[in-house]
Amino acid sequence: MLITMKRYIYINDDEISHDLYCDNRISNRKYTLLNFLPKNLWEQFSRFMNQYFLLIACLQLWPLITPVNPASTWGPLIFIFAVSATKEAWDDYNRYLSDRKANEKEVWVVRQGIRKHVQAQDIHVGNIVWIRENDEVPCDLVLLGSSDPQGVCYIETAALDGETDLKTRVIPSACMGIEYELLHKIKGVIECHSPDKDIRRFDANLRLFPPFLDNDLCPLTITNTILQSCYLRNTEWACGVAVYTGNETKLGMSRGIPEPKLTAVDATIDKLTGAIFIFQIVVVIVLGIAGNVWKDTEARKQWYVHYPMEGPWFELLIIPLRFELLCSIMIPISIKVSLDLVKSLYAKFIDWDNKMIDQETCTPSHATNTAISEDLGQVEYILTDKTGTLTENKMIFRRCCINGVFYGNESGDALKDAELIDAVSSGSADVVRFLTVMAICNTVIPVKSKSGDILYKAQSQDEDALVHAAVQLHMVFVNRNANILEIKFNASTIQYEVLETLEFTSDRKRMSVVVKNCQNGRILLLSKGADEAILPYACAGQQTRAFLEAVEQYTQLGLRTLCLAWRELKEDEYREWSLLLKEASSTLVDREWRIAEVCQRLEHDLEILGVTAIEDRLQDGVPETIETLRKAGINFWMLTGDKQNTAIQIALSCNFISPEPKGQLLSIDGRTEDEVHRSLERVLLTMRITMSEPKDLAFVVDGWALEIALKYYRKAFTELAILSRTAICCRVTPSQKAQLVELLKSCDYRTLAIGDGGNDVRMIQQADIGVGISGREGLQAARAADYSIGKFRFLKRLILVHGRYSYNRTAFLAQYSFYKSLLICFIQIFFSFISGVSGTSLFNSVSLMAYNVFYTSIPVLVSVLDKDLGEETVMQHPQILFYCQAGRLLNPSTFAGWFGRSLFHALVVFVISINAYAYEKSEMEEVSMVALSGCIWLQVFVVTLETNSFTTLQHIAIWGNLVAFYLINWIFSAVPSSGMYTIMFRLCRQPSYWTTVFLIVAAGMGPILALKYFRYTYRPSKINTLQQAERMGGPILSIGSIEPQPRSLEKDVSPLSITLPKNRNPVFEPLLSDSPNTRRSFGSGTPFDFFQSPSRLSLSYARNCKDN
Amino acid sequence: MSTNTASSSSAAAGSADASAPRRNSKRPKYSRFTQQELPACKPILTPKWVISAFLLVSVVFIPIGVASLFASRDVVEIVDRYETDCIPVANRTDKVKYIQSSGNNICNRTLTVPKRMKHPIYVYYQLDNFYQNHRRYVKSRSDAQLKSNSSAGDVSSCKPEDMANGQPIVPCGLIAWSLFNDTYNFSRNNQGLTVNKKGISWKSDRENKFGKDVYPTNFQKGTLQGGAILNSSIPLSEQEDLIVWMRTAALPTFRKLYGKIEVDLQANDIIQVVLENNYNTYSFNGKKKLVLSTTSWLGGKNDFLGIAYLTVGGLCFVLALTFTVVYLVKPRRLGDPSYLSWNRNPGGR
Repeated sequence: MLITMKRYIYINDDEISHDLYCDNRISNRKYTLLNFLPKNLWEQFSRFMNQYFLLIACLQLWPLITPVNPASTWGPLIFIFAVSATKEAWDDYNRYLSDRKANEKEVWVVRQGIRKHVQAQDIHVGNIVWIRENDEVPCDLVLLGSSDPQGVCYIETAALDGETDLKTRVIPSACMGIEYELLHKIKGVIECHSPDKDIRRFDANLRLFPPFLDNDLCPLTITNTILQSCYLRNTEWACGVAVYTGNETKLGMSRGIPEPKLTAVDATIDKLTGAIFIFQIVVVIVLGIAGNVWKDTEARKQWYVHYPMEGPWFELLIIPLRFELLCSIMIPISIKVSLDLVKSLYAKFIDWDNKMIDQETCTPSHATNTAISEDLGQVEYILTDKTGTLTENKMIFRRCCINGVFYGNESGDALKDAELIDAVSSGSADVVRFLTVMAICNTVIPVKSKSGDILYKAQSQDEDALVHAAVQLHMVFVNRNANILEIKFNASTIQYEVLETLEFTSDRKRMSVVVKNCQNGRILLLSKGADEAILPYACAGQQTRAFLEAVEQYTQLGLRTLCLAWRELKEDEYREWSLLLKEASSTLVDREWRIAEVCQRLEHDLEILGVTAIEDRLQDGVPETIETLRKAGINFWMLTGDKQNTAIQIALSCNFISPEPKGQLLSIDGRTEDEVHRSLERVLLTMRITMSEPKDLAFVVDGWALEIALKYYRKAFTELAILSRTAICCRVTPSQKAQLVELLKSCDYRTLAIGDGGNDVRMIQQADIGVGISGREGLQAARAADYSIGKFRFLKRLILVHGRYSYNRTAFLAQYSFYKSLLICFIQIFFSFISGVSGTSLFNSVSLMAYNVFYTSIPVLVSVLDKDLGEETVMQHPQILFYCQAGRLLNPSTFAGWFGRSLFHALVVFVISINAYAYEKSEMEEVSMVALSGCIWLQVFVVTLETNSFTTLQHIAIWGNLVAFYLINWIFSAVPSSGMYTIMFRLCRQPSYWTTVFLIVAAGMGPILALKYFRYTYRPSKINTLQQAERMGGPILSIGSIEPQPRSLEKDVSPLSITLPKNRNPVFEPLLSDSPNTRRSFGSGTPFDFFQSPSRLSLSYARNCKDN
Repeated sequence: MSTNTASSSSAAAGSADASAPRRNSKRPKYSRFTQQELPACKPILTPKWVISAFLLVSVVFIPIGVASLFASRDVVEIVDRYETDCIPVANRTDKVKYIQSSGNNICNRTLTVPKRMKHPIYVYYQLDNFYQNHRRYVKSRSDAQLKSNSSAGDVSSCKPEDMANGQPIVPCGLIAWSLFNDTYNFSRNNQGLTVNKKGISWKSDRENKFGKDVYPTNFQKGTLQGGAILNSSIPLSEQEDLIVWMRTAALPTFRKLYGKIEVDLQANDIIQVVLENNYNTYSFNGKKKLVLSTTSWLGGKNDFLGIAYLTVGGLCFVLALTFTVVYLVKPRRLGDPSYLSWNRNPGGR
């Protein structure tokens, strides 16, 4: 382990560490008052689009080349910049306010031996800080004292990791028993690491100075600290020494801005923008050359143009630059703003969606990242966690096997098993011991509520289930008072003193407590853990066959199993061992490993008491969701830290894989390179052969083999990943999850990662889209994710409804924006051919500015309400998502269609305008307004034709926009200096104006309508067919229903097609590095029916019958 | 899930109690907008709908086309191209030199009225290949100067015709400088025909764009003389030829109003025109035409609208007919599930 930097903290020494480390001023601000403008502008101008627009705007300041008033570009540019800057400034101001609130909070700090009230920002490293109950911790502290005589205090870490249970923190042993008054004068030194962001680790040592001399180096762990932003609960006061302050706290270090994600749609739009840019350059060069040639051949003869014989040196550049400015509107300045606007609306629709509220906890769905909704519609791979994502992570104690006797096998619920109840009431020794381990071998904290009920605050759902089950069996865990546990069995109360807690780690896969029975002084070791972590350590002579069978049986049912065991310790043995433990826990290097080794020395010769089986139920609607999304062409991978067996059971029960004979599960295993290689090749071969068969192939791989495969056989594994639509990866670490995401992303797949726990965070951040389930394991995943939802089943709606609509709408909006800009630009280009290729603008400045900002943006913005298909139709035909996945609605060929349309429309408008307004009517301002009106009218009809569903808002926007166009122009026409004085009034009185406009509309829309109708009727896309079916009530809607079916709880398990490795190789230590608080590698599962026949219920479907 | 359930359950206490109402308040308010459930009308392109739309268009467009064509045909128009004919045969080899040499450029033209022309008869001059819309030209004016006397010095946009002899030119700029200066005198049967040159410009221009107190000064005093010379005692608001000329044309072929003849002309009337051929269109091969025309409700003689309407209407009718035939011959059920490929071979996509 690398420890390069250390910090020494001198407790209560005001001078030494003052300058070494930063003070406690928190700053999340991006800007200061002074650097806001330059920094913000710099950031905005680092984007290519903005640089381009700035260049254009600057060129327009040169009156020689500008075709229009510079205001037509500067206005929108400044507006757009102001909007972005204001948003940034507002966000930053809010950050500043919250920083200031935190910084100016009054806290009690010891200064020169006296406790004083100072502002939080003035805390320095080494200061002693006092906190009272329910106070927020201002910086990272090492505990020195607490109101509790045993030196315990409780904290809530919700702000840090989202876990709402209380956690116990203890003062270091060296500080134990120091008097309240003396705490002000305490001196010492703490040796610890440089700041890092690991909130689960703090390896340090403490040595106190005289008169507190303890001579011993006292080891400190994370349990001796209270971290910034936690709350002190159930403890009157606590004090501690500041070790990390300001932005160097664990929280401050873990704060960071994740990389902004770019959607596939955005990438396409950027590419199209680039293409248009190139097109524009070509146009500019061609017209520039033509212009110069015309100037030299023709314009010299046109005496009235009065070209000087000798121009300035830049003369050749003038005309191309004029055309550059004229064509600059080809790239719509408003597109980014409109896209940002509609994207935030998509996000709002997700937040608002009533159908995605978790009714149990009342948590609505939330889109943290507002910019990537389109990607939801383009997902190709979903990588899902298992526990808490597919399952509820709500553990229920179902069965147990005590000393070879099975309970709960008949009723499916051991708590109702009469035999067990009898055994409990008769006080059978085996059962009582079993229950004792269930009740106290844990880190659960009982809290008495005011009404007298006991609530349990458990960090692990399994422990919670066990304690609650014990209560039902009359073994009540009443109180934990520091080290004294109190349990009530039937009528008697028994007290135990906890001597040592041997923490759970994912390596050890078991936890133990050493307790002393206060009545008879016997010292007991109570253990619980995974079968492979307990059964091999059974005392010699005990038959473990029965327990193995029990484990096997329960696993087959998909239940999570735990083995319980105990051993009586001799006083000497314990004492000897506790010295070892103390030594191990004060090491700075490899502490965790050393402790595990020491623990191992105690946990042997165990007397196995029994096996518990806990059910982790599948969430509602998981199989349906997976089935629907799979129909939509999305591939599923399950990445879990769980055992292979349990993972496969769950996979079967939630339609993830199909049972034989329809499905086939191929296993990649092996412990060495060669084995993995052979296995991988075999699976790959099978995959290739069976590609053509309609068989659901899936492969299953465990963490060890995956590690080897990714390291040495990446290419083969990538091929496998492409071939296989389904995969189960068990025993994988968080970083392996992220690697798999990376692998799929490198194959150009759009990936969505969904998970609920801290171990999914990396995968969620790595994926194109991260979805977090705001579940029982805290909010860590939900915080890191782009979207947080309450239940897995909402994923269906998120993707099929929100993702799909977002994609469709953005595809339309983006292409339409280009279309309208190209339209007006093409007219300008055509006009230049009849104006001596000199770069005259047909339209005046006002019209050009208003065209993009007012006339054309509003009708298209309401297309965010457009729905091509009803939600029900999409849900019933998820295959339609293929159009989004394949990017069928926004790609170069659809764009070419829009490009052609704009060219055609420009031709129509131009030709009709100049011919209808020829000769005596050919007045510049009039022709310009006729052409502009023609464009606006065409826009209206184009939007109308492309809209699939009209709500009132759309009608208002589309037709209101037309009215607004005339109103705005009448107003401008009333202003003498507007460049179009009286024009609009004159035009509106001319019959020829109206006939021209209607001619433009008919000539422009006729071919488009005819083409669309032909395609729609005779070459319909799937979307068209479904639209027709939906609106005409065809028979299509009764095919298959996807309503969730009530499912029976337990059925027999189907035989699995593969033989699983029976005995795990002991060399294989799982690579799991779960947080110690999430005990999820115990095994889990749910009994479910795997043969749920797809229901073919004909559902009478209430149609929208508002169509014609 | 309301606050009631949370508070009534005795189990909920502590932090759970505190968080329940807080979470509840986050719950979005229901409205049809937020749920994207606004009632919507969802039209689809059914054959009936499309065919009737095309039929309707053709039914409306064809009569309008016929009406516009009639209106255009009703207009009587006499066009006389004179730029070559008005140059003596001897000078035709170098027309530019002829037009630039000051001298007697009088030219006599005879026009025959083909049909009765009702007054008012508009007299236009038509220029071809004249780019009034050239960027250099169209920008070379100063609206501020035209409007008010106080802005006489506002000539920055008028280059190169901004200053002459150190003094600002009023009206400045290339447009004014190149003012058309051919004149026409009409007589019928040796009786003079008066051409009314009042009210030929836009009223709004006279009143609001050209000042009553702005007089031409220093005009055409530069090294090169462009077009007409303005009477410096008449304010710009009354210089209607200038006002008309300053309304730049969007096309290189345009007509500008010269005046109005306020009497009817009978068929076969012979009209003599005595014209002064001053304006140089020869250097760029521009044509000059004299046009006498009546108007209709659609304006002057222009068949374009009528023909275009008939074409569009006709095409729509053909389309409607084609679609009907195709629909009858090869009916196709809309929304047939068999068109969905995934219904044909399940599993595939």
